[in-house]
Amino acid sequence: MSNKEYNANFINRQSFIELDARERAKALFDAGTSRELLGPFDRVESPWLPMQGVTPQEDDGCVVMKGKIGRQAAVVVALEGAFQGGSLGEVSGGKMAAALDLARVDNEKGIPTSAVILLETGGVRLQEANLGEAAIAEIMASILVLRKHAPVICVTAGTVGCFGGMSLAAGLCSYVVMTREARLGMNGPEVIEQESGVDEFDSGDHALIWAIDGGEQRYAMGLADALVDDDTPQVADAVRRLVSQGVPPVHRSSQVALYRSRIAALDTSRQWDPQELRALWTTNGSEEEKR
Amino acid sequence: MSEFTGVRGTVWFRAFTGQASPMPGDPKSVLTADAPLGDDHARFLCVVPDPHARFPCARHGEVGLEEGYTLATRVREVLEQDKNTVKRPIIAIVDSKNQAYGRREETAGIFLACAAAIDAYGSARLAGHPVIAFVVGQAISGVPLTHGYQANRILAFDDDGVMIHAMHKAAAARITLRSVEELEKLAKEIAPMSYDIRDYAKLGLLFRLLHVENPENPSAKEIEAVQNELIAAIEDTRKGPVDLGSRLESKGAQEIRRASIITRNMLEAQWAE
Repeated sequence: MSNKEYNANFINRQSFIELDARERAKALFDAGTSRELLGPFDRVESPWLPMQGVTPQEDDGCVVMKGKIGRQAAVVVALEGAFQGGSLGEVSGGKMAAALDLARVDNEKGIPTSAVILLETGGVRLQEANLGEAAIAEIMASILVLRKHAPVICVTAGTVGCFGGMSLAAGLCSYVVMTREARLGMNGPEVIEQESGVDEFDSGDHALIWAIDGGEQRYAMGLADALVDDDTPQVADAVRRLVSQGVPPVHRSSQVALYRSRIAALDTSRQWDPQELRALWTTNGSEEEKR
Repeated sequence: MSEFTGVRGTVWFRAFTGQASPMPGDPKSVLTADAPLGDDHARFLCVVPDPHARFPCARHGEVGLEEGYTLATRVREVLEQDKNTVKRPIIAIVDSKNQAYGRREETAGIFLACAAAIDAYGSARLAGHPVIAFVVGQAISGVPLTHGYQANRILAFDDDGVMIHAMHKAAAARITLRSVEELEKLAKEIAPMSYDIRDYAKLGLLFRLLHVENPENPSAKEIEAVQNELIAAIEDTRKGPVDLGSRLESKGAQEIRRASIITRNMLEAQWAE
């Protein structure tokens, strides 16, 4: 590709990251097939935020849409990273769990229905603490049942990324789609620095953060299934391809022996260059990973 | 942070199983054993501190990479062994302050290690194993998600040594831009934010709150009473569905989680339209 073409591609790119949750969700469906459920006009919002002087949002930062992806029924649940950091509260978490359960019921009725969850989130909404956490546990339970019938696809595009309890939910998904801008990890860099010291993790070192949690690294380690540019048609293509691929023969979170042996083989006397793990753990698409 | 983290877990694991050692090949931080419980032979699991653990950030009873994959291995073992026979109850004894906060953990994908344990517990529940979480000490942040919340029924002690929460006080205060004092004041008024297990019980997530005089040193009579509570939870589980629906149907949830119930009902109505 010449430089000129590359620049043209870059300029013509339709950024996915710049879209809000509602636009992101809509962009994944076959044109004209989607409709929003429990939208802002239904005004189901957090009962806990106003008690604490925090302005709630009429969709609680969670958009649910139903429609068709690749001519197949699908539900998309998108978290809005711009509202309370995409955090899971009672209502937003409840929406996601309920949507996944309804998709499962449709599958049981013989209507194949996939789910796509767009995760831009730091995890639990601390103002709703234990109810947020309970909702995340219910989302996990819902993913585990639904993924027996149809793929559950996680997309994390950035800029918030996917952290905290919802990174564990991502780990349960059939497939994970990431951009290079996205991050996926359990503990955010600030939390690690706070709890274990700056020598353990310097949260100001952005290169280090992306080297560990970034989409390129997670994909190269085999912890994500598709790496896409920040380009809406590319994201939608990847999702469509994974929907049509169906349920994987074995989910990553069930491959316990493989990952346990990999952890056992690591030298824990020192920190690792993230690049080392790419070489030690098989790269994406290899035979070992498919086993 | 409780000075007792890990003590209670070991005490109760020993009380139920008569021993406190890991299975061959497992790290010292994960105790697993099978022991009689009523008419059943149950599998007990508990994460405990190992000051010499391989991973430096997982030496105080944290749930880290090895703990996640070991829990997953030992739960899946039961799934496999009981495939064509009576489904053994699985009892998760919970007493861990948090997940391991380390760079090695992030690099090697601790999120997947925890997901593996969640997958195992959830799959066991779906296969018909009664899964019971028994919170004897702390269960904070990623701990209850990884080792507890996929259970059919959750039981806990009712004293100040027990804490189930999304985040430690100091960190939660910092992130929500409050002082610890302000957070404590709010937590008194807003049940889901409370650090008090008696307030937690109001959320409707618990099957039962139990009391013993001294959870670090229970009497034989108290141990028997607690075993009977676990047996009752197992019986109740076997009568009901394998999902987590009971958490929303409880009396507490009908009151406190009204928004969850409304969300679910409205979404279901609109889904069908």
